[in-house]
Amino acid sequence: MVERAEPIAPARTGFPLLPVLRRMAAMPLKDPFAFTGLLIYVLFVMVALLADQLAPVDPLEILFTKTGKLAANVPPGAEFWLGTTNLGRDIYAQLVHGTRSALAVGLSAAIIVSTVGTVVGLVSGYFGGAVDAVLMRIADMALSLPFLPFVIVLTGFLGADTSNIVLAVALLLWPNSARVIRSQVLTLRERAYVEAARVTGASASRILFVHIAPNILPLSFVYAAIAIGWAIITEASVSFLGFGDPDSVSWGMMLQDAFSSQALSRGQYAWFVPPGLCIILVVVAGFFISRGYEEVFMPRLRGR
Amino acid sequence: MKLILERFVHNAVALLAVITILFFMFRLMPGTPLAAFINENLNADQQQAMLEQFGLDKPMWQQYFIYLGNLLQGEFGLSFFQRRSVTTILLEVLPNSLILTLTSLIIAYIFGVLAGAWLAWKRGSWIERAAVPAVLATRAAPEFWIGMVLLALLSFNAGWFPSGGASSPGLAYANNWQRIASWDYVHHLALPVLTLALYLQGLPLLLMRSNMLEVMHEEFVTMARMKGFSEWRIVIQHAARNALLPVVTAFALGVGLSMGGNVVIETVFSWPGIGRLLVQAVSVHDYPLAQGAFLMIALVLALMNFVADLLYMVLDPRVSHGRKG
Repeated sequence: MVERAEPIAPARTGFPLLPVLRRMAAMPLKDPFAFTGLLIYVLFVMVALLADQLAPVDPLEILFTKTGKLAANVPPGAEFWLGTTNLGRDIYAQLVHGTRSALAVGLSAAIIVSTVGTVVGLVSGYFGGAVDAVLMRIADMALSLPFLPFVIVLTGFLGADTSNIVLAVALLLWPNSARVIRSQVLTLRERAYVEAARVTGASASRILFVHIAPNILPLSFVYAAIAIGWAIITEASVSFLGFGDPDSVSWGMMLQDAFSSQALSRGQYAWFVPPGLCIILVVVAGFFISRGYEEVFMPRLRGR
Repeated sequence: MKLILERFVHNAVALLAVITILFFMFRLMPGTPLAAFINENLNADQQQAMLEQFGLDKPMWQQYFIYLGNLLQGEFGLSFFQRRSVTTILLEVLPNSLILTLTSLIIAYIFGVLAGAWLAWKRGSWIERAAVPAVLATRAAPEFWIGMVLLALLSFNAGWFPSGGASSPGLAYANNWQRIASWDYVHHLALPVLTLALYLQGLPLLLMRSNMLEVMHEEFVTMARMKGFSEWRIVIQHAARNALLPVVTAFALGVGLSMGGNVVIETVFSWPGIGRLLVQAVSVHDYPLAQGAFLMIALVLALMNFVADLLYMVLDPRVSHGRKG
């Protein structure tokens, strides 16, 4: 069921990153969970890229019926697949275009979180001492801030802008990955091949980036996948609470719109169920991928 | 004992850091804190008087130490909009939040532990294969969306539960405790609790399941099996007891964590708790109230982190012995 997690010792010649990348790319084929997750990602990326073709209607345009009346609260049908909002906007178009903002928020947060987490984890774990102590205290501090309240306060006061939400999410999420990567570096640092590199006079930066970092890469990837989900849920929650970016069409904004326009009491399920399902799919995809990578690359971390 | 003190200091320092970050964050926000509050009809003298009344004319560092001193006395300042003491407002809504959080967590953990142990026992069956992704999906769903769906189905459609608030209008009670003990309050509490419990059960369930799977391979379980104990007795008496330890710690952490997440649940159900108060305070730029609500949540979080540390030491003797030695 579980492979043994041998660290990928760098080849004597050539760049060590390649075998790791090759193994990472081959992994989804071995694990059905990770494969499903990756498939969901690919699907959403395609929808985001082809949004204009899939839903040519402007998601914020107020639509009218053929008889010239406002097309408000139209039930799902052939013309409007998921019906329209109380202001006559096409819900299906909003759902499709919402994919773009979800992926933008998710990917940018994931890149920041995994980059900062990896660099801090590497530096903290390898050098130890005062650098380590300072970085880990900062991580403790960030972890003792209540997550959603902090994001709300920051976006509430800095302004309802998507980049502020991404910033807040990144500020709070990097410590998780930094801590785990740090502990992994602590064990890698003592491995024989790292010792050998040190003895042969390799510089600290060479050991860090050529010998240790490639082995950390799958972990960074796991935390990036988790961060995508967290960022999308957080953006949705913040939008739902009314602190979202008023200019962007996102799943959170759709849910907030549906909630405040009494779609719940009217039973307009087609308005508020699909955005939630999309969020679940993207977040679950992250869980599946991280689960798959953990099983293959670091079985001891399973279940955390 | 030394270890306990160490954890206490650790958590207290973290809390102090949060307070400091928060203080300067609020002060460095664009616009003066009173911008929304000062009436344009007031003349310069009156504006100045107002700044002095709130202590905003003093230098920043002085404000910070006055603030710290006040916090130690349980004094959170005066709400800009409600013109009442923040402490009074916070204490009014805190019981609602705690009741919501604790009830949901207890239900979620009882269900999660039992279902998790059962799924571990059923490992490899089709039901286990279907249940794990389903549980992951409940963890992936936004809390407020679960609330919206349940609200539409069970409240608006079926009419079983009220759609929001904590009590029906027009009812009067002798005191707050009587109100909380009333059937009306429980009826209002049910749907938010169900939502939160549904969201929270995933963590104890998956944790219990994976712990059970690990414990089942330990020597003492093999020993029990060799002694010829029944499979059920092994599961309950030997494996479950040991698998439970991390779940108990997770419970304590869960109280602190879900207090923060309650922000959205309380908004969906208009539940008069501390999270909804925070949202309202932030949206009207009521700095002292927002700061107070945030700190109260951070305080619960820090306290529960400390409790989790303690539980971890008490329940798993290997931790404290290992570190002492």
